[in-house]
Amino acid sequence: MPEVFQYSFMLRALVAGLVVGLVAPLIGTFLVLRRFAFFADTLAHTALLGVALGVLMNVLPSLAALVVCTLAAIAVEQLRVRRRLPSDAMLALFLSGSLALALVVISIARGFNVNILSYLFGSITTVQDADLWVTLVLGGLALLLVLALNKELLYISFDEESARVSGLPVSSINLITVVIAAATVALAMKIVGTLLVGALMVIPVLAAFQVARSFKSAMVLAVTFSLVSVVAGLVSSFYLNIVAGGAIVLVALLIFGGSFAFHRR
Amino acid sequence: MIERSAPMALSPKAADGPPFRVEGVSFRYGGSPIIQNVSFVVDWGDFVGIIGPNGSGKSTLLKLLLGLLKPTEGAIEICGTPLREFREWRRIGYVSQRVTHFDPGFPATVWEVVSQGRTARAGLFRRLSQHDRNLISSALEEVGMLEMKQRLVGTLSGGQQQRVFIARALAQEPDILVLDEPTIGVDPEAHQQFFHIMRKLHHDKGLTILIVSHEVDVMMEEVTKLVCLNRSLLFSGTPEQCLKDNCLIDLYGEGFHRVTHAHPWTEAKPDA
Repeated sequence: MPEVFQYSFMLRALVAGLVVGLVAPLIGTFLVLRRFAFFADTLAHTALLGVALGVLMNVLPSLAALVVCTLAAIAVEQLRVRRRLPSDAMLALFLSGSLALALVVISIARGFNVNILSYLFGSITTVQDADLWVTLVLGGLALLLVLALNKELLYISFDEESARVSGLPVSSINLITVVIAAATVALAMKIVGTLLVGALMVIPVLAAFQVARSFKSAMVLAVTFSLVSVVAGLVSSFYLNIVAGGAIVLVALLIFGGSFAFHRR
Repeated sequence: MIERSAPMALSPKAADGPPFRVEGVSFRYGGSPIIQNVSFVVDWGDFVGIIGPNGSGKSTLLKLLLGLLKPTEGAIEICGTPLREFREWRRIGYVSQRVTHFDPGFPATVWEVVSQGRTARAGLFRRLSQHDRNLISSALEEVGMLEMKQRLVGTLSGGQQQRVFIARALAQEPDILVLDEPTIGVDPEAHQQFFHIMRKLHHDKGLTILIVSHEVDVMMEEVTKLVCLNRSLLFSGTPEQCLKDNCLIDLYGEGFHRVTHAHPWTEAKPDA
């Protein structure tokens, strides 16, 4: 085994990273196709509010992030369906609102010595065995659901109105999609950090769309690009002593640059 | 004018009650009335054109018929069943206006788009069977797009994309085909092919077809029943009766003159 993975914290980060790297682009594909790419970023900010509330109330921050993120995802979806506000304006409201609330909660909880930076930028050294199990179980469940609902998700992303007329339970499937997205954001938080979690769900997908010859190949390529980004990012963060989240996203951006250039030829 | 004979075979489901029965339907949005007190019946084997000027509420009426909107007043029955209890949606093949709002960057092949027509039929969590794949192939063949099944749908012309959407609806094995402004943004050749396919589906396959369109002239020549709408129902009956009653002047105003001219496609007889 290479030196980098002889350290147990790196091994834990790798396993968690691979699970997240597998699920994030799969669910991200459907967000991008529905022009809802900023949804992941909005959820990431609500996850930060969850962390802050978790610390304040002495609950496991990752668990609190998962709960707050899921509730916010359901609320955003309900508002999207009712069309009371344009989608982008609604996401901006949730994003800034949850960040403002998180900052207030953090300032109240200052006495608790919260290392908020580790959640903002990710901290692979803090991935514990418990985190790993939660990631494996929830990530595995999310993966199974996305794969099982693949054909329905494709139809809804392509033409929601026709999917509804054909008799598909569109509202329920949309709700499942946003809950999976929320779980993915909460799981990816420790690996890439809340600020960059959206990037892992969107950039490998955009890279894949440049070169894909079918929807199936787009999903396979998006997952491949994402996994390559996670492994290359983690390894380079170890040897170059740089933050893992930034390294992972930069590798993903490099891949996007390559596929974009290939597509333009 | 083309021959508008009855289709060769009526749907085996004719015993169900008519495909659509609309009774006293009104719809308000934010307090203002969009359509008021509309009643008409679509019978099995009809080829119906819903026409009306911009803002007449024809697209709203279509959404009401498909259960995408709920009427403020009145009742709609599909195949003899009240709309809210109707579950056999696979019997209605719907071609939305997506062909004109299409995102060319969507990475889906023609095959993947048409296979969406089998998605609801196959059931949740199930993969498509060989039977599903056969139906997808036949639907693509019906519209002459089988050879392009591996092409990305965004790389096709507007007319070809439209045929792919019709194939998706056909893959569902529908009894009724509903199309929303299908001829917007397609060139004359695609326009000709479109009505050729519609005639074939109506005449040979016995499909009941309902088209919302702004193209009064073509609708007058192609359909067997016209529904003229301008917020309320102005006419429902045959195109010939519509001409006799001068209902197009009621619909579009005194300044309306119908210009008839021979299109190459309207001179051709149906394939039957």
